[in-house]
Amino acid sequence: MLLISCPNCGPRDETEFHYGGQAHVPYPENPNDLTDREWAEYLFYRENTKGTFAERWVHSTGCRQWFNMLRDTVSYDIHSIYAMGSPRPDIAGQSAQGQAGGPGLAPGAPTTTTSPEGAQK
Amino acid sequence: MSVDHLPEHPDFLWRNPEPKKSYDAVIVGGGGHGLATAYFLAKNHGMTNIAILEKGWLAGGNMARNTTIIRSNYLWDESAAIYEHALKLWEILPEELEYDFLFSQRGVMNLAHTLGDVRESMRRVGANRLNGVDAEWLEPDQVKELCPILNTSDNIRYPVMGATYQPRAGIAKHDHVAWAFARKCDELGVDIIQNCEVTGFIKDGNRVTGVKTTRGTINTEKVGLAAAGHSSVLAEMAGFRLPIQSHPLQALVSELHEPVHPTVVMSNHVHVYVSQAHKGELVMGAGVDSYNGYGQRGSFHVIEEQMAAAVELFPIFARAHVLRTWGGIVDTTLDASPIVGVTPVENMFVNCGWGTGGFKGTPAAGLTFAHTIATGAPHELNAPFALERFETGALIDEHGAAAVAH
Repeated sequence: MLLISCPNCGPRDETEFHYGGQAHVPYPENPNDLTDREWAEYLFYRENTKGTFAERWVHSTGCRQWFNMLRDTVSYDIHSIYAMGSPRPDIAGQSAQGQAGGPGLAPGAPTTTTSPEGAQK
Repeated sequence: MSVDHLPEHPDFLWRNPEPKKSYDAVIVGGGGHGLATAYFLAKNHGMTNIAILEKGWLAGGNMARNTTIIRSNYLWDESAAIYEHALKLWEILPEELEYDFLFSQRGVMNLAHTLGDVRESMRRVGANRLNGVDAEWLEPDQVKELCPILNTSDNIRYPVMGATYQPRAGIAKHDHVAWAFARKCDELGVDIIQNCEVTGFIKDGNRVTGVKTTRGTINTEKVGLAAAGHSSVLAEMAGFRLPIQSHPLQALVSELHEPVHPTVVMSNHVHVYVSQAHKGELVMGAGVDSYNGYGQRGSFHVIEEQMAAAVELFPIFARAHVLRTWGGIVDTTLDASPIVGVTPVENMFVNCGWGTGGFKGTPAAGLTFAHTIATGAPHELNAPFALERFETGALIDEHGAAAVAH
């Protein structure tokens, strides 16, 4: 069971959230130019990282805002929670908890940015 | 219960050989699918200079972590064909492998709890019959007759409005299935190499020529990947991608009970499935955790929801104790159908994406994958499950129709 720190509501049980898959998958810049192979990549191919993975979550039963999360898919440690549209934090060299040093928000830290993914494209 | 004791172990099951310098083919993954593949490579295609590489111990991954249910009541023609072929193989394999793995055709019921379920279920019964799969629609009183411990009153949260029933479906003793295949593979000369993790691949241009492992480098002409939840990790090592997402799927067993549960009962709507193992445990499964994960455990709230549903449907379970829970890593695709066939790397083949339904497909996966490895071309049963379908849009889409959500 994950304890997820919603950027707006604070630490809440996993059951309050819904998983949204891999983060940072932008809609194609020029959809008309895509080959079938490229469409397949966009629609069906996602990273399946064994280790630290950037993914999207929505606080469905709380503030209903989306956010990004860096989570280890083996240990299930949550390294960082950060706003949609922000670049993936560099957590290299951080402790397993990801509490210090990086640009990512520590779990529980407040944030006001909730711009949707791709808004800064 | 049709069988009341487990078969005796043979004195000898398989050797533990040192890996040779080279093989005609290497199968990565020593679970049910890898073992079945090696068996059919040897039996049907005369390829006996082959090795199965297993990073842990034989059949210790998903083969040891499933709920052992076997059925073929899939909606779409392609799925019905491969799963029904698997079921037919299950029916003859104990004799062929000379090892009784307690395949018990006690039937599988899929409950309907809403009008939508009822319509979908009746449609599936019709589709099954057109594909030669045994299927019946049961009214609630017939459900009660077949499985008296089910609560079929109409004033509960998820009333039983009927069920589909496949009489030829059932369960098998999963460990014994693996041992049966392993024993025959060994007899046919296949090297089963445990504690041998693949760490990379050797390629000549785009053609695979060898496998790097924790027990040294092995040269080989062909590589078959059958590593379930870790298939995309291996593909990445080999330099291509798979449309696979790995999720934890957990199951649990109760303490032992007298025989009370005569058939297998599944409910897609409330997502619980229950059978009683040969020894007497109630074996229960639920849905996958929503997020990607490689930890072989699942979220506790999934168990909580599953148990709430189970206790409502089977009031007799209310005082049963959970003995143990476990999780496996299932490789899911977006159309809830497997991927069996060639890869972008020459001489490398993949069998993956079986999601939550891999155990029941074991013999057909092995048979068709062996054909593809031996001939370099798809078998007619696995042709629709090629990797190209994600590019061509010819998806099979067994979501929901598979009688259990992924």
